[in-house]
Amino acid sequence: MNIVVLIKQVPDTWSERTLSDSDKTLDRASSDAVLDEINERAVEEALKIKEAGDAEVTILTVGPDRATDAIRKALSMGADKAVHVNDEALHGSDAVTTAKVLAKAVGTVGDVDLVLAGNEATDGRSGAMAGMLGELLGWPSLTHANALTVENGTASVKRETDEGTCDVTASLPAVVSVGEKINEPRYPSFKGIMAAKKKPVSALGISDLGLEAGEVGLAGSLVQVDSFAPRPPKSGGQKVEDEGDGGQKIAEFLVGQKLI
Amino acid sequence: MAEVLVLVDHVDGEIKKNTYEMLTAARRLGEPSAVVVGTPGTAAKLAEGLAAHGAEKVYVAESDDAVNYLSTPQVDALAALVERVSPPAVLIAAGADGREVAGRLAVRTNSGWLNDLVEVDGQREGTHSIFGGAFTVQSHATTDTAVISWRAGSIEVEENAGAGTQENVELPAIDEAKSARVSNRAPIVGGDRPELTEANVVVAGGRGVGSADNFNVVETLADSLHAAVGASRAAVDSGYYPNQFQVGQTGKTVSPQLYIALGISGAIQHRAGMQTSKTIVAVNKDPEAPIFEIADFGVVGDLFSISPQLTEEVGKRSS
Repeated sequence: MNIVVLIKQVPDTWSERTLSDSDKTLDRASSDAVLDEINERAVEEALKIKEAGDAEVTILTVGPDRATDAIRKALSMGADKAVHVNDEALHGSDAVTTAKVLAKAVGTVGDVDLVLAGNEATDGRSGAMAGMLGELLGWPSLTHANALTVENGTASVKRETDEGTCDVTASLPAVVSVGEKINEPRYPSFKGIMAAKKKPVSALGISDLGLEAGEVGLAGSLVQVDSFAPRPPKSGGQKVEDEGDGGQKIAEFLVGQKLI
Repeated sequence: MAEVLVLVDHVDGEIKKNTYEMLTAARRLGEPSAVVVGTPGTAAKLAEGLAAHGAEKVYVAESDDAVNYLSTPQVDALAALVERVSPPAVLIAAGADGREVAGRLAVRTNSGWLNDLVEVDGQREGTHSIFGGAFTVQSHATTDTAVISWRAGSIEVEENAGAGTQENVELPAIDEAKSARVSNRAPIVGGDRPELTEANVVVAGGRGVGSADNFNVVETLADSLHAAVGASRAAVDSGYYPNQFQVGQTGKTVSPQLYIALGISGAIQHRAGMQTSKTIVAVNKDPEAPIFEIADFGVVGDLFSISPQLTEEVGKRSS
């Protein structure tokens, strides 16, 4: 079985995240970058399938040079190889454009049976990349999985969202996005970290994918950002010590605000 | 005036409030047309509420298979309508299911996707709130149609009678090889309390609540205010409260009129899910807790004495 796992390097949610003044894109330089937590679960799920049978696991990411760190982490967990789509022209691509790039890149991996991804990144939060990719590839998408079984050419998941749960099945090839509860990702072993250094990473530009510069990046995106502003900082309001009347004080405040 | 499509968010024959918000927003852009995708008979139950909130047309896309496949029937119905009426905008709720429909529709119709809008600024433009409300961003779609994911709680619902003329939309046969089949659907029902993302008031508890049993202090205050109950990640991870009520970066984003944080320190990841609340009240033992930096009113003290007292005060005023 041929599995592709999508990963994404994101700004650490524990650091301050901001946008760049010049072109209104994510300012990647200003914050720490990490492999998005949910991606580790997608990698873990692929490795479980590999260990239960026979599979080759390819990591796929679209990102700048330093996304190499995220790729190495995924390889050190046990993935076999990686594809890194890295091209200046991609800077500023919106979700639809990114999906198109990913679909082309999946096409370079060969006969893929299964694409695994996290259900939602912590930065863009579109939470729909698996569905968008499925749409482009003409494959079913099984999303928000908290359990996955793949057998006899069929993928079955237990889907869980804020809105409810259900069972979802579809034939392969398919795209599956995993949720937070699906597994606990392993830590890379020392041996895994050493082995990762020798694993093949193929770097692709957009021309390798048959795309033109005008089709991607800020120029090719179907959404243009016009302006942005930091939310005005909330001036810390009133803070009082409880002197046995804290509850009454809050009630008075709420009455003053016409909230009760 | 141009038709603006709104995908009706419904469960068990009830329209979710978010749909009314979207009809209100759509009215600012053109003539709202509601799109109902469901099993036969669904639209008949929803038509009255949709017309009362401004739907001039109600497109009815019904089939027995509509509930048997994941997002495909909704995408099929909307894609057919985008082609038929060329709307400047299609509004879809920004929940997990809605965003999946929106993303797929944007890909299929090659439309710009404005995700998680809190305001519409024009037919193909709007304002997003990103990084948990740390920034607002204005953007526009360059395509004929903008697909808009609408964040619940972003606009006051207006009643505005529309004609509600029903028109059928034929759903294409499902292609099994491209679709995911659904069974055993179980919508999460929150009991008698309002839904977390739709509530006007949210009362949330954190690590300071100390145990699952103690959460009844949070619930009692919430019920006195007809509020939803939320929990911080620390409280959820400690097993005090179920996962689906988690507010924050990895949970839900809420933006109620009033957010009361009990025993929540206010780590950046929690603030990312609630800092756009209109008014924030915090109770915490630690005077240095970061939640106080964004609280409009904070009390340093013990939530187990303050919260019951507040519950009592609210009771006095509502009786």
